[in-house]
Amino acid sequence: MPKLITGVGCPYCGSSCDDLEVLVSDDETKVLEVHNSCIIGSNLFHHANDPTRPRLPRQRQPDGSIKEIPYEEAIDYFAKTLLAAKKPLIYGFGSTNCEGMSAIGRIAEKAGAVLDNCATICHGPSFLAMFDNGYPSCTLGEAKNRADVVVFWGCNPMHAHPRHTSRYSIFPRGYFTGKGQMQRTVISVDPRETDTAKLADVHLMLDQGHDYELFDAFRTVLRGHDIPDKVAGIDKETIIKSVDIMKKARFCMIFFGMGCTHTDGRNHNIDAAISMTRDLNDHTKCSIMAMRGHYNIAGPGQVWSWQFGFPYCIDLSKGTHAHMNPGETSSIDLAMRDEVDCFVNVGADAGAHFPIQAVQHLKKHPFIVVDPNFNMASEIADLHIPVRIAGVDEPGVVYRMDNVPIQFKAVLKGLPGVPSDEELFDRVYERMCEITLTQPIWLAAKENRKYPHNTNPMVS
Amino acid sequence: MSKVIMNMITQRSIEEGAAMEKGKTNPDYFDACSICEINPEDMKKLGIWKNTNVRVTSECGSVIVKAIEPTQFCPPGLAHIRQGVWANQVVPPRTQSTGTPQYSGFPVTIEPAINEKLKTALELVQGSVGLWKGGK
Ligand code: SF4
Repeated sequence: MPKLITGVGCPYCGSSCDDLEVLVSDDETKVLEVHNSCIIGSNLFHHANDPTRPRLPRQRQPDGSIKEIPYEEAIDYFAKTLLAAKKPLIYGFGSTNCEGMSAIGRIAEKAGAVLDNCATICHGPSFLAMFDNGYPSCTLGEAKNRADVVVFWGCNPMHAHPRHTSRYSIFPRGYFTGKGQMQRTVISVDPRETDTAKLADVHLMLDQGHDYELFDAFRTVLRGHDIPDKVAGIDKETIIKSVDIMKKARFCMIFFGMGCTHTDGRNHNIDAAISMTRDLNDHTKCSIMAMRGHYNIAGPGQVWSWQFGFPYCIDLSKGTHAHMNPGETSSIDLAMRDEVDCFVNVGADAGAHFPIQAVQHLKKHPFIVVDPNFNMASEIADLHIPVRIAGVDEPGVVYRMDNVPIQFKAVLKGLPGVPSDEELFDRVYERMCEITLTQPIWLAAKENRKYPHNTNPMVS
Repeated sequence: MSKVIMNMITQRSIEEGAAMEKGKTNPDYFDACSICEINPEDMKKLGIWKNTNVRVTSECGSVIVKAIEPTQFCPPGLAHIRQGVWANQVVPPRTQSTGTPQYSGFPVTIEPAINEKLKTALELVQGSVGLWKGGK
């Protein structure tokens, strides 16, 4: 009998929907149906059925061909390559669980590596702005239950977070928002008329790259001063009307995305957005939230902040204390200045999503990829180690875009012999300790060890 | 036929997300991402019909993509390639010292390239690091 599993989490976007139902075959090896998810989530679960999924590490041979090798060999190569490198860069972690992120922290410390996650090319600028200016935010439930004005500034949830509007921001009928969409005024700020903008009551179709000026104009109006007739291509009247809607809100919720972080000004756009949120709190209640991308990209920010005190761009090469300075210690900047001599890509695809020049620089050195599937990075890697898919055949904790932790389930039995990220990294850590004749102190400190064969790490 | 200078952004789309989860070597991914959305007015300036190939060149590279009419309205002067392998052939890696490349809002030159062929994701990425074994 096929089994229906409820309360399943979707390991794709920052909405981290946890209301999916997945019908699996009776031997728990195939996904038959996926209910409640958007098309992306559905494709993701069905893709896990792919019979061509890699089951063994694949190493590039001197003649350029690819050969499958046993996990032991791959772990040995991984450990030795990291130890031999002067400044390895470990990047990724948009798509894995917090257990995996914490395990790589131990390796990175041992290797004196730079540890970075996808935030570096995504909401990193938002972190920079938060350091400067704070983060007056809330959880998504508050938006659902209270927000009567919702602003999407430089984000397009209809495409990037497909169920965001129906779960949290526009359509749901909340406790104080019983009329749902009827009760909410939606403002979209975007240079294109996106499908999100089409849902909005007011669309400010600004000139691309001029968000900072528009934030400035909003703040100037909020503080009771005059502005020019047109700012960033938007009429004065429209700006005044929008500010008025926001000021008269009972609870105003601002979501922002790549339209602010990827354009000129980067963190300063977010600075201005946060300042505007604060200004609005003189008149009403207003909250701001970054539309985080991957389902657990808030995870490394949390986990590594507990471990090292910094959310991303963490330089551990000093050995005794961590250092963080994006612009200096970020993946792209390090790559472009040729400052790293080994690249490890985990649960992300630098091959497809880094500017190609950065990829060319990184490829000059050993290139290791840890990912459940084939992707662009795995196809240019020296070594590709397959792991289980978090949220599909490996459970774990993930942090939603509002930093609410959710326990994700496994719906399938993992492929035999394929480890989880955490198990793989623990084994690499052990191997590094063996090679350097040091005590695996972190493993001893780990209670409730999930993988019993690791219990006596000095014996192998 | 002539060249035009446009402002380029690279963003998400649900087709791209859905295709990516089927796999980056899946034909869906090719169809979803090897395209450039251009306002019909700009197509007129370029002297091309929709669905013809164009060469997009930025300060750091160039790529052949198929010009299509915007699926979500794009004003004249603004071009959009969905994020992914093709877009990142031309995304400038400059970060303004923040770690984040200029994924949106960089100048490009667009010119008709009717007889040029689109390359696959694998050919572009492997080709750029000297690993492409397939044909030209
Ligand atoms: S909205 Fe995001 S988390 Fe929810 S089902 Fe779609 S991809 Fe998954």
